[in-house]
Amino acid sequence: MAQHLLGDVPARLPRVLLDAASSPMLPAARATLMAALDAGWADPRRLYAESRTARALLDQAREVLAQGLGVRPAEVSFLPSGPAAIRSGLEGLRYAGRRRGARIVATAVEHSAILTTGRYHAAEAQDPSLLAEVPVDRWGRVDLSALQQALAIPGTVVAAVQSANGEVGTRQPLEEAHLLCRTHGIPLLVDATASLGREAAPEDFDVLAGDARSWGGPGGLGVLVVPERTRWRRPGPVSELEHGRTDVEPMIALALAAAEAWRQTDASRTEQSAVSSTLIRRLRAAADDLPDVEVVGDPVDRLPHVLTFSLLYVDGEALVIELDRRGFAVGSGSACTSSTLEPSHVLAAMGVLTHGNVRVTLPLSPIAETLEGDVSRFIADLPDAVATVRAHLGVPDL
Amino acid sequence: MNPASDLVNPIEVDARGLRCPLPVIRLAEAARDAPAGTWIIVLASDPAARYDIPAWCRMRDHELREMTDVPEMTDVPEMAEAAEMGGTEMSGTEMSGTEASGTGDPLAEGAQRAYLRFVVLIRAQRSKAGGTGSDSERPSRAT
Repeated sequence: MAQHLLGDVPARLPRVLLDAASSPMLPAARATLMAALDAGWADPRRLYAESRTARALLDQAREVLAQGLGVRPAEVSFLPSGPAAIRSGLEGLRYAGRRRGARIVATAVEHSAILTTGRYHAAEAQDPSLLAEVPVDRWGRVDLSALQQALAIPGTVVAAVQSANGEVGTRQPLEEAHLLCRTHGIPLLVDATASLGREAAPEDFDVLAGDARSWGGPGGLGVLVVPERTRWRRPGPVSELEHGRTDVEPMIALALAAAEAWRQTDASRTEQSAVSSTLIRRLRAAADDLPDVEVVGDPVDRLPHVLTFSLLYVDGEALVIELDRRGFAVGSGSACTSSTLEPSHVLAAMGVLTHGNVRVTLPLSPIAETLEGDVSRFIADLPDAVATVRAHLGVPDL
Repeated sequence: MNPASDLVNPIEVDARGLRCPLPVIRLAEAARDAPAGTWIIVLASDPAARYDIPAWCRMRDHELREMTDVPEMTDVPEMAEAAEMGGTEMSGTEMSGTEASGTGDPLAEGAQRAYLRFVVLIRAQRSKAGGTGSDSERPSRAT
């Protein structure tokens, strides 16, 4: 018998996961996923009993998420990932507005799925004006007057503003942004892949994109919301999948696991948020106490579970590896931790220090039952980890 | 065209070829004992320097006078030599990083990669800063 693919993966190590931008699923979602693999394997478009079961499960998943997002089931589509939903949301709005123009307006801290798509179109058309990147302040919040100016330029057909930035936690002023968009008759795409499950679902949008991972669901499942009032059209041939908003058949087990995760997370959201906020406050105080640190992002108007800071004279890659060695998994936006040698476009747009960057994204508590103790241990270890890395670079007194 | 000519005895820090955070560290070393009013010119080719040197100036209360993109040039052997001279200061690990990034370099030997040139004015030295993300500096939310 063939060896299992997972055969050589070591058993669980005593690890502290503080990079929950992607994390293991909620236990209940995992159980649902396994059960749904057996119950929902069939093609939901066939006519026999197994297919009818699959169809019912898919409909159920859609209803749960539609209710949670405050929209109608027909307005919700499942896409292969969060970034795929973001990109599709953008392309559909742009295509629907093609008789008026092709210009995209986006904050400079949007998801790369938006910025790279915009740059691609601008490069293809050899017209740099087809993407306007709206600047943000030092805290990562979009400059509303610059947004207004960008929206006023003729030929603009879509604006993209995230609900909150997943890298630095800063919330965006969606209500004000939506008002500006309406004034100019331009639809607003809201990327909520960082906030859904952690905060109330946005109400100010014309198209909304989400990622099941943000509420403890599986990877490989994005959600695209296109309300009936919105003019949106997918470029390419007509598809009969997911209300015509994708040509990739959603995997029913993933959709059902995402819906189960939503139910669990939504029911405990207020409580989760309070727990996260308290821990993030402690982490923030600990980071502030480090020598030569810049804690980035808005200190108040922010996501409850994200904290990011940059350390002078620290190699981000070395620090991530040092913390990993001590049992902590953290994220980083430093250039040396990326494959491109370019630092995070978010940190760059904010004009903050990009090297020595550490990003903590707290997991939901059912995923990390010892979270409070884990955070305490991290706080206790952090100064020594930083000192170790600085000592390697030989920067005793700068 | 060359603002350096206006500067009095500038210190030059050639950090080309060094990866982040080394350009900022070299700058901080040069600034450590420099009296107020010292000019420092920093050359750096690492992409992160574009953001990190201005951030260092802000965190340390020094003044970034100028940041200039110096474009890539080809067939300038003496400049390539100068860049290599800068490279000899690097330690072994830094060197290996540079070599790794240099493999498959589309630029021919004797070419000059693009880099950034910063002009920094050292202000009065002060005790080292803690975090700069304090609430007092937070701009009021625009509406």
